[in-house]
Amino acid sequence: MTTQPNPDLVVDARRLLCPMPILRAEAAMQNLPAGGTLAVRATDPGITRDLPAWCRVNGHRLLEIRQSGREWTGWVVKGGQEAAPPSPLDISGV
Amino acid sequence: MSEGRIRALGLLSGGLDSTLAVRVLQEQGIEVACVNFHTGFCIQSHTGAMRNPKPGAPPPRHDALHAADKLGIRLHLVDIAEDYVRIVTDPKHGYGKNLNPCLDCKIFMVQKAMEMKEQMGFHFIFTGEVLGQRPMSQRRDTFPVIDRESGASGWLLRPLTALRMPVTEPEKRGWVDRERLHGFSGRNRKPQMALAAQLGVTDYPSPAGGCCFLTDENYSRKLQDLWQYRGSREYAMEDILLLKAGRHMRPAPGFKLIIGRDEAENHFLSGFAEGRILIRAKEIPGPLTLVEGTPTPEELTLACRLAARFGKGKELPEVVMVIERDGSQEVRTIVPLPAHEIAEGWYV
Ligand code: SF4
Repeated sequence: MTTQPNPDLVVDARRLLCPMPILRAEAAMQNLPAGGTLAVRATDPGITRDLPAWCRVNGHRLLEIRQSGREWTGWVVKGGQEAAPPSPLDISGV
Repeated sequence: MSEGRIRALGLLSGGLDSTLAVRVLQEQGIEVACVNFHTGFCIQSHTGAMRNPKPGAPPPRHDALHAADKLGIRLHLVDIAEDYVRIVTDPKHGYGKNLNPCLDCKIFMVQKAMEMKEQMGFHFIFTGEVLGQRPMSQRRDTFPVIDRESGASGWLLRPLTALRMPVTEPEKRGWVDRERLHGFSGRNRKPQMALAAQLGVTDYPSPAGGCCFLTDENYSRKLQDLWQYRGSREYAMEDILLLKAGRHMRPAPGFKLIIGRDEAENHFLSGFAEGRILIRAKEIPGPLTLVEGTPTPEELTLACRLAARFGKGKELPEVVMVIERDGSQEVRTIVPLPAHEIAEGWYV
Protein backbone atom coordinates (compact mmCIF):
# COMPACT_ATOMS: atom_id res chain seq x y z
CA MET A 1 0.00 0.00 0.00
CA THR A 2 1.36 3.42 -0.96
CA THR A 3 1.79 6.08 1.71
CA GLN A 4 -0.84 8.74 2.17
CA PRO A 5 -0.19 12.42 1.50
CA ASN A 6 0.53 14.36 4.65
CA PRO A 7 -2.18 17.04 5.08
CA ASP A 8 -1.78 20.41 6.78
CA LEU A 9 -5.47 20.42 7.67
CA VAL A 10 -8.14 17.72 7.90
CA VAL A 11 -11.87 18.30 7.39
CA ASP A 12 -14.13 15.67 8.92
CA ALA A 13 -17.28 15.75 6.79
CA ARG A 14 -18.38 12.22 7.57
CA ARG A 15 -22.17 11.73 7.79
CA LEU A 16 -22.72 15.06 6.09
CA LEU A 17 -24.56 15.05 2.80
CA CYS A 18 -23.77 16.91 -0.39
CA PRO A 19 -22.96 19.78 -0.59
CA MET A 20 -21.79 20.02 3.03
CA PRO A 21 -18.45 18.19 2.51
CA ILE A 22 -17.61 20.69 -0.24
CA LEU A 23 -18.85 23.67 1.80
CA ARG A 24 -16.71 22.51 4.73
CA ALA A 25 -13.72 22.05 2.43
CA GLU A 26 -14.26 25.52 0.97
CA ALA A 27 -14.36 27.06 4.46
CA ALA A 28 -11.23 25.16 5.52
CA MET A 29 -9.32 26.38 2.46
CA GLN A 30 -9.60 29.93 3.83
CA ASN A 31 -7.20 28.86 6.57
CA LEU A 32 -4.59 27.38 4.25
CA PRO A 33 -1.87 29.15 2.25
CA ALA A 34 -1.53 28.35 -1.47
CA GLY A 35 0.33 25.06 -1.77
CA GLY A 36 -1.07 23.76 1.54
CA THR A 37 -2.68 20.31 1.57
CA LEU A 38 -6.20 19.65 2.78
CA ALA A 39 -7.62 16.21 3.51
CA VAL A 40 -11.40 15.79 3.30
CA ARG A 41 -13.03 12.77 4.92
CA ALA A 42 -16.56 11.99 3.77
CA THR A 43 -19.15 9.22 3.73
CA ASP A 44 -21.37 10.67 0.96
CA PRO A 45 -20.21 8.84 -2.18
CA GLY A 46 -20.92 12.03 -4.15
CA ILE A 47 -17.51 13.23 -2.96
CA THR A 48 -15.88 11.08 -5.65
CA ARG A 49 -17.46 13.27 -8.34
CA ASP A 50 -17.80 16.57 -6.52
CA LEU A 51 -14.28 16.93 -5.14
CA PRO A 52 -12.60 16.69 -8.56
CA ALA A 53 -15.12 19.16 -10.04
CA TRP A 54 -14.66 21.56 -7.12
CA CYS A 55 -10.88 21.41 -7.58
CA ARG A 56 -11.16 22.23 -11.28
CA VAL A 57 -13.61 25.09 -10.67
CA ASN A 58 -11.38 26.62 -7.99
CA GLY A 59 -7.96 25.89 -9.44
CA HIS A 60 -6.93 23.41 -6.71
CA ARG A 61 -4.99 20.24 -7.42
CA LEU A 62 -6.50 16.91 -6.44
CA LEU A 63 -3.81 14.49 -5.37
CA GLU A 64 -6.01 11.46 -4.91
CA ILE A 65 -9.21 10.04 -3.43
CA ARG A 66 -9.05 6.79 -1.49
CA GLN A 67 -11.92 4.61 -0.38
CA SER A 68 -11.92 2.57 2.77
CA GLY A 69 -15.22 0.77 3.35
CA ARG A 70 -17.97 3.40 3.44
CA GLU A 71 -15.56 6.24 3.79
CA TRP A 72 -13.57 8.33 1.31
CA THR A 73 -10.62 10.63 1.87
CA GLY A 74 -9.54 13.16 -0.73
CA TRP A 75 -6.28 15.13 -0.62
CA VAL A 76 -6.25 18.55 -2.25
CA VAL A 77 -3.43 21.04 -2.73
CA LYS A 78 -4.67 24.62 -2.58
CA GLY A 79 -4.16 26.49 -5.84
CA GLY A 80 -2.94 30.05 -6.10
CA GLN A 81 -5.39 31.21 -8.74
CA GLU A 82 -8.58 33.09 -7.94
CA ALA A 83 -10.88 31.74 -10.61
CA ALA A 84 -11.49 29.02 -13.11
CA PRO A 85 -9.85 29.24 -16.54
CA PRO A 86 -11.76 31.16 -19.21
CA SER A 87 -14.85 29.50 -20.54
CA PRO A 88 -14.44 26.81 -23.15
CA LEU A 89 -17.12 26.89 -25.83
CA ASP A 90 -17.55 23.15 -25.92
CA ILE A 91 -19.29 22.07 -22.75
CA SER A 92 -20.73 18.81 -23.96
CA GLY A 93 -20.05 15.43 -22.40
CA VAL A 94 -19.70 14.51 -18.74
CA MET B 1 -16.88 50.91 -11.19
CA SER B 2 -14.52 50.48 -14.12
CA GLU B 3 -16.28 49.36 -17.24
CA GLY B 4 -13.35 47.21 -18.50
CA ARG B 5 -14.75 43.75 -19.04
CA ILE B 6 -18.37 43.48 -17.99
CA ARG B 7 -18.78 41.02 -15.11
CA ALA B 8 -22.08 39.41 -14.19
CA LEU B 9 -23.05 37.24 -11.23
CA GLY B 10 -25.70 34.59 -11.85
CA LEU B 11 -27.78 32.29 -9.68
CA LEU B 12 -26.89 28.78 -10.84
CA SER B 13 -28.90 25.69 -9.95
CA GLY B 14 -27.17 23.59 -12.59
CA GLY B 15 -30.45 22.96 -14.40
CA LEU B 16 -30.97 23.76 -18.07
CA ASP B 17 -32.33 27.30 -17.67
CA SER B 18 -29.61 28.71 -15.45
CA THR B 19 -26.94 26.98 -17.56
CA LEU B 20 -28.40 28.55 -20.71
CA ALA B 21 -28.57 31.99 -19.10
CA VAL B 22 -24.81 31.73 -18.44
CA ARG B 23 -24.10 30.64 -22.00
CA VAL B 24 -26.23 33.42 -23.52
CA LEU B 25 -24.19 36.03 -21.63
CA GLN B 26 -20.89 34.29 -22.34
CA GLU B 27 -21.76 34.49 -26.04
CA GLN B 28 -21.83 38.28 -25.61
CA GLY B 29 -18.31 38.26 -24.17
CA ILE B 30 -19.48 38.91 -20.61
CA GLU B 31 -17.37 37.45 -17.81
CA VAL B 32 -19.66 35.28 -15.73
CA ALA B 33 -19.38 33.89 -12.22
CA CYS B 34 -22.20 32.23 -10.33
CA VAL B 35 -23.49 31.56 -6.87
CA ASN B 36 -25.35 28.54 -5.58
CA PHE B 37 -27.14 28.79 -2.26
CA HIS B 38 -27.40 25.88 0.15
CA THR B 39 -30.71 26.08 2.00
CA GLY B 40 -30.61 22.67 3.67
CA PHE B 41 -33.51 21.51 1.50
CA CYS B 42 -31.69 21.31 -1.82
CA ILE B 43 -32.26 18.13 -3.79
CA GLN B 44 -28.82 16.84 -4.58
CA SER B 45 -29.63 13.16 -4.77
CA HIS B 46 -29.58 12.97 -0.99
CA THR B 47 -31.81 9.97 -0.96
CA GLY B 48 -29.41 8.34 -3.38
CA ALA B 49 -26.52 9.16 -1.09
CA MET B 50 -28.20 7.56 1.93
CA ARG B 51 -29.49 4.36 0.33
CA ASN B 52 -27.64 1.32 -0.98
CA PRO B 53 -26.35 2.28 -4.44
CA LYS B 54 -28.11 0.77 -7.46
CA PRO B 55 -25.66 -1.60 -9.16
CA GLY B 56 -23.73 0.23 -11.85
CA ALA B 57 -25.25 3.66 -11.09
CA PRO B 58 -22.76 6.52 -10.82
CA PRO B 59 -22.59 8.24 -7.42
CA PRO B 60 -24.81 11.31 -7.04
CA ARG B 61 -23.31 14.70 -7.87
CA HIS B 62 -23.82 18.38 -7.18
CA ASP B 63 -25.51 19.77 -10.28
CA ALA B 64 -24.40 23.39 -9.95
CA LEU B 65 -20.79 22.42 -9.32
CA HIS B 66 -20.71 20.22 -12.38
CA ALA B 67 -22.43 22.82 -14.53
CA ALA B 68 -19.84 25.41 -13.41
CA ASP B 69 -17.09 22.94 -14.23
CA LYS B 70 -18.46 22.44 -17.74
CA LEU B 71 -19.08 26.17 -18.22
CA GLY B 72 -15.57 27.02 -17.06
CA ILE B 73 -16.80 29.56 -14.53
CA ARG B 74 -16.12 30.35 -10.89
CA LEU B 75 -18.88 29.15 -8.56
CA HIS B 76 -19.44 30.49 -5.07
CA LEU B 77 -21.15 27.94 -2.85
CA VAL B 78 -22.86 29.84 -0.06
CA ASP B 79 -24.51 28.29 2.98
CA ILE B 80 -27.67 30.24 3.87
CA ALA B 81 -29.33 27.42 5.81
CA GLU B 82 -29.36 29.23 9.13
CA ASP B 83 -30.97 32.43 7.85
CA TYR B 84 -33.28 30.40 5.66
CA VAL B 85 -35.17 29.01 8.68
CA ARG B 86 -37.27 32.16 8.96
CA ILE B 87 -38.14 31.95 5.23
CA VAL B 88 -39.51 28.44 5.69
CA THR B 89 -41.22 28.96 9.01
CA ASP B 90 -42.80 32.36 8.37
CA PRO B 91 -42.92 33.32 4.69
CA LYS B 92 -44.45 36.75 4.10
CA HIS B 93 -45.90 35.64 0.75
CA GLY B 94 -47.04 32.23 1.95
CA TYR B 95 -46.47 28.75 0.56
CA GLY B 96 -46.99 27.14 -2.82
CA LYS B 97 -48.71 23.79 -3.27
CA ASN B 98 -46.65 22.24 -0.47
CA LEU B 99 -44.35 23.90 2.09
CA ASN B 100 -42.39 25.70 -0.63
CA PRO B 101 -42.11 29.42 0.08
CA CYS B 102 -40.91 30.11 -3.47
CA LEU B 103 -41.52 33.84 -3.64
CA ASP B 104 -39.84 34.63 -0.31
CA CYS B 105 -37.06 32.22 -1.22
CA LYS B 106 -36.36 33.95 -4.53
CA ILE B 107 -36.44 37.40 -2.93
CA PHE B 108 -33.99 36.23 -0.27
CA MET B 109 -31.58 34.68 -2.78
CA VAL B 110 -31.67 37.67 -5.13
CA GLN B 111 -31.07 39.97 -2.17
CA LYS B 112 -28.02 37.89 -1.16
CA ALA B 113 -26.75 37.94 -4.75
CA MET B 114 -27.14 41.74 -4.82
CA GLU B 115 -24.99 41.98 -1.67
CA MET B 116 -22.35 39.84 -3.36
CA LYS B 117 -22.54 41.99 -6.51
CA GLU B 118 -21.71 45.06 -4.42
CA GLN B 119 -18.96 43.37 -2.40
CA MET B 120 -17.29 41.66 -5.34
CA GLY B 121 -17.66 44.34 -7.98
CA PHE B 122 -19.98 42.69 -10.47
CA HIS B 123 -21.85 44.97 -12.90
CA PHE B 124 -25.20 43.21 -12.61
CA ILE B 125 -26.86 39.95 -11.59
CA PHE B 126 -28.92 37.46 -13.59
CA THR B 127 -31.08 34.36 -13.26
CA GLY B 128 -32.35 31.70 -15.64
CA GLU B 129 -35.98 32.42 -14.78
CA VAL B 130 -38.58 32.14 -17.51
CA LEU B 131 -41.92 33.93 -17.38
CA GLY B 132 -44.81 31.58 -16.64
CA GLN B 133 -42.66 28.55 -16.02
CA ARG B 134 -43.35 28.11 -12.33
CA PRO B 135 -46.72 28.86 -10.79
CA MET B 136 -45.56 30.81 -7.74
CA SER B 137 -42.37 32.71 -8.41
CA GLN B 138 -42.08 33.02 -12.17
CA ARG B 139 -45.12 35.11 -13.06
CA ARG B 140 -45.61 38.51 -14.66
CA ASP B 141 -46.93 39.88 -11.38
CA THR B 142 -44.29 38.26 -9.15
CA PHE B 143 -41.13 39.24 -11.04
CA PRO B 144 -41.58 42.92 -10.08
CA VAL B 145 -42.17 41.84 -6.45
CA ILE B 146 -38.89 39.91 -6.46
CA ASP B 147 -37.05 42.84 -8.02
CA ARG B 148 -38.52 45.43 -5.66
CA GLU B 149 -38.31 43.53 -2.37
CA SER B 150 -34.78 42.30 -3.01
CA GLY B 151 -33.59 45.77 -3.95
CA ALA B 152 -32.54 44.50 -7.39
CA SER B 153 -34.90 46.55 -9.59
CA GLY B 154 -33.16 47.29 -12.87
CA TRP B 155 -30.07 45.26 -11.97
CA LEU B 156 -31.49 41.77 -12.33
CA LEU B 157 -31.43 40.52 -15.91
CA ARG B 158 -33.33 37.41 -17.02
CA PRO B 159 -31.63 36.60 -20.33
CA LEU B 160 -34.07 33.83 -21.32
CA THR B 161 -37.22 35.90 -20.94
CA ALA B 162 -35.82 39.46 -21.20
CA LEU B 163 -37.72 40.40 -24.36
CA ARG B 164 -40.98 40.11 -22.41
CA MET B 165 -39.70 42.29 -19.57
CA PRO B 166 -38.92 45.99 -19.16
CA VAL B 167 -35.42 47.01 -20.27
CA THR B 168 -32.85 46.67 -17.47
CA GLU B 169 -29.84 48.85 -16.64
CA PRO B 170 -27.25 46.54 -18.22
CA GLU B 171 -29.21 46.75 -21.49
CA LYS B 172 -29.69 50.53 -21.23
CA ARG B 173 -25.97 51.01 -20.63
CA GLY B 174 -25.02 48.88 -23.61
CA TRP B 175 -23.32 46.20 -21.51
CA VAL B 176 -25.74 43.61 -22.84
CA ASP B 177 -27.17 43.50 -26.36
CA ARG B 178 -30.93 43.10 -25.94
CA GLU B 179 -31.23 41.88 -29.53
CA ARG B 180 -29.32 38.75 -28.54
CA LEU B 181 -31.49 37.93 -25.52
CA HIS B 182 -34.61 35.76 -25.60
CA GLY B 183 -38.34 36.00 -25.00
CA PHE B 184 -39.18 32.52 -23.79
CA SER B 185 -42.32 32.01 -21.73
CA GLY B 186 -44.54 29.26 -20.41
CA ARG B 187 -43.91 25.68 -19.52
CA ASN B 188 -43.00 24.44 -22.96
CA ARG B 189 -39.29 23.69 -22.82
CA LYS B 190 -38.74 23.07 -26.53
CA PRO B 191 -37.28 26.54 -27.22
CA GLN B 192 -34.75 26.04 -24.40
CA MET B 193 -33.83 22.63 -25.77
CA ALA B 194 -33.32 24.09 -29.24
CA LEU B 195 -31.12 26.82 -27.78
CA ALA B 196 -29.19 24.22 -25.79
CA ALA B 197 -28.50 22.29 -28.99
CA GLN B 198 -27.42 25.49 -30.71
CA LEU B 199 -25.04 26.41 -27.88
CA GLY B 200 -23.66 22.88 -27.47
CA VAL B 201 -25.16 22.32 -24.03
CA THR B 202 -25.88 18.61 -23.83
CA ASP B 203 -25.29 17.55 -20.24
CA TYR B 204 -28.01 18.86 -17.97
CA PRO B 205 -30.20 17.21 -15.32
CA SER B 206 -33.82 16.38 -16.07
CA PRO B 207 -36.17 19.31 -15.43
CA ALA B 208 -38.40 17.06 -13.33
CA GLY B 209 -35.88 17.19 -10.49
CA GLY B 210 -37.14 20.45 -8.99
CA CYS B 211 -35.26 22.84 -6.74
CA CYS B 212 -35.85 21.45 -3.32
CA PHE B 213 -37.56 19.02 -1.01
CA LEU B 214 -40.08 21.66 0.05
CA THR B 215 -42.00 21.13 -3.19
CA ASP B 216 -42.31 17.43 -2.37
CA GLU B 217 -45.65 16.40 -0.92
CA ASN B 218 -44.31 13.56 1.25
CA TYR B 219 -41.48 15.63 2.61
CA SER B 220 -43.79 18.56 3.39
CA ARG B 221 -46.15 16.23 5.24
CA LYS B 222 -43.30 15.01 7.44
CA LEU B 223 -42.18 18.56 8.17
CA GLN B 224 -45.76 19.54 9.00
CA ASP B 225 -45.97 16.54 11.36
CA LEU B 226 -42.74 17.56 13.07
CA TRP B 227 -44.01 21.09 13.65
CA GLN B 228 -47.41 19.92 14.84
CA TYR B 229 -46.08 17.51 17.47
CA ARG B 230 -43.32 19.80 18.67
CA GLY B 231 -45.81 22.61 19.04
CA SER B 232 -43.48 25.00 17.23
CA ARG B 233 -42.50 25.73 13.65
CA GLU B 234 -38.78 25.59 14.32
CA TYR B 235 -36.33 23.00 12.99
CA ALA B 236 -32.68 22.09 13.30
CA MET B 237 -30.44 20.93 10.45
CA GLU B 238 -30.54 17.38 11.88
CA ASP B 239 -34.34 17.39 11.71
CA ILE B 240 -34.51 18.29 8.05
CA LEU B 241 -31.87 15.70 7.17
CA LEU B 242 -33.69 12.97 9.06
CA LEU B 243 -36.93 13.80 7.27
CA LYS B 244 -35.19 12.61 4.09
CA ALA B 245 -34.21 9.23 5.54
CA GLY B 246 -36.10 6.09 6.47
CA ARG B 247 -39.73 5.15 6.95
CA HIS B 248 -41.43 7.56 9.38
CA MET B 249 -44.20 6.23 11.63
CA ARG B 250 -46.05 7.90 14.47
CA PRO B 251 -48.14 5.37 16.43
CA ALA B 252 -48.92 7.94 19.16
CA PRO B 253 -48.54 11.70 19.60
CA GLY B 254 -45.60 11.39 22.01
CA PHE B 255 -43.12 9.57 19.79
CA LYS B 256 -42.09 8.84 16.25
CA LEU B 257 -40.06 6.03 14.67
CA ILE B 258 -37.57 6.44 11.83
CA ILE B 259 -36.93 2.98 10.42
CA GLY B 260 -33.95 2.31 8.14
CA ARG B 261 -34.81 0.71 4.80
CA ASP B 262 -31.47 -0.79 3.89
CA GLU B 263 -27.97 -1.22 5.23
CA ALA B 264 -26.70 2.14 3.98
CA GLU B 265 -29.64 3.96 5.54
CA ASN B 266 -29.14 2.07 8.83
CA HIS B 267 -25.57 3.28 8.81
CA PHE B 268 -26.68 6.83 8.11
CA LEU B 269 -29.28 6.79 10.89
CA SER B 270 -26.79 5.36 13.39
CA GLY B 271 -25.01 8.71 13.30
CA PHE B 272 -28.04 10.44 14.84
CA ALA B 273 -28.42 8.39 18.03
CA GLU B 274 -27.54 11.26 20.34
CA GLY B 275 -30.67 12.56 22.05
CA ARG B 276 -32.74 9.73 20.58
CA ILE B 277 -33.46 6.08 21.37
CA LEU B 278 -31.89 3.52 19.06
CA ILE B 279 -33.49 0.10 18.54
CA ARG B 280 -32.21 -2.93 16.65
CA ALA B 281 -32.80 -6.67 16.73
CA LYS B 282 -30.12 -8.75 18.41
CA GLU B 283 -28.37 -11.10 15.99
CA ILE B 284 -31.10 -10.88 13.33
CA PRO B 285 -30.73 -8.70 10.23
CA GLY B 286 -33.16 -5.83 10.11
CA PRO B 287 -33.59 -2.12 10.39
CA LEU B 288 -31.94 0.27 12.72
CA THR B 289 -34.72 2.36 14.21
CA LEU B 290 -34.49 5.75 15.83
CA VAL B 291 -37.19 6.82 18.27
CA GLU B 292 -37.81 10.53 18.71
CA GLY B 293 -39.92 11.91 21.52
CA THR B 294 -40.80 10.58 24.96
CA PRO B 295 -42.46 7.18 24.70
CA THR B 296 -43.88 5.55 27.83
CA PRO B 297 -42.46 2.06 28.68
CA GLU B 298 -45.49 0.47 26.95
CA GLU B 299 -45.00 2.66 23.91
CA LEU B 300 -41.33 1.69 23.77
CA THR B 301 -42.38 -1.96 23.70
CA LEU B 302 -44.74 -1.11 20.84
CA ALA B 303 -41.86 0.65 19.07
CA CYS B 304 -39.74 -2.51 19.42
CA ARG B 305 -42.53 -4.71 18.10
CA LEU B 306 -43.05 -2.38 15.16
CA ALA B 307 -39.33 -2.19 14.39
CA ALA B 308 -39.13 -6.01 14.49
CA ARG B 309 -41.95 -6.17 11.96
CA PHE B 310 -39.60 -4.68 9.33
CA GLY B 311 -36.75 -7.13 10.02
CA LYS B 312 -35.97 -10.70 9.03
CA GLY B 313 -37.46 -11.94 12.30
CA LYS B 314 -40.96 -10.64 11.56
CA GLU B 315 -42.51 -14.13 11.46
CA LEU B 316 -40.65 -15.46 14.52
CA PRO B 317 -42.63 -16.00 17.73
CA GLU B 318 -40.16 -13.80 19.63
CA VAL B 319 -37.29 -11.44 18.85
CA VAL B 320 -34.73 -9.99 21.24
CA MET B 321 -34.38 -6.24 20.74
CA VAL B 322 -31.53 -4.05 21.94
CA ILE B 323 -32.50 -0.57 23.11
CA GLU B 324 -29.80 2.06 23.47
CA ARG B 325 -30.22 5.47 25.01
CA ASP B 326 -27.92 7.94 26.72
CA GLY B 327 -25.06 5.47 26.47
CA SER B 328 -26.88 2.65 28.29
CA GLN B 329 -28.24 -0.57 26.83
CA GLU B 330 -31.32 -2.61 27.62
CA VAL B 331 -32.57 -5.86 26.11
CA ARG B 332 -36.26 -6.61 25.62
CA THR B 333 -37.85 -9.76 24.22
CA ILE B 334 -40.96 -8.96 22.19
CA VAL B 335 -43.41 -10.46 19.73
CA PRO B 336 -43.15 -8.77 16.31
CA LEU B 337 -46.28 -6.80 15.53
CA PRO B 338 -48.54 -8.62 13.05
CA ALA B 339 -49.13 -6.70 9.83
CA HIS B 340 -52.86 -6.28 10.50
CA GLU B 341 -52.14 -4.39 13.72
CA ILE B 342 -50.28 -1.63 11.92
CA ALA B 343 -52.67 1.26 11.41
CA GLU B 344 -52.48 3.06 8.07
CA GLY B 345 -52.56 6.38 9.92
CA TRP B 346 -49.25 5.64 11.63
CA TYR B 347 -47.34 6.28 8.42
CA VAL B 348 -46.30 9.92 8.33
S1 SF4 C 1 -38.59 25.26 -5.12
FE1 SF4 C 1 -37.47 25.55 -3.18
S2 SF4 C 1 -35.48 26.46 -3.77
FE2 SF4 C 1 -36.85 26.65 -5.54
S3 SF4 C 1 -37.73 28.71 -5.30
FE3 SF4 C 1 -39.17 27.27 -4.33
S4 SF4 C 1 -38.58 27.22 -2.18
FE4 SF4 C 1 -36.84 28.13 -3.30
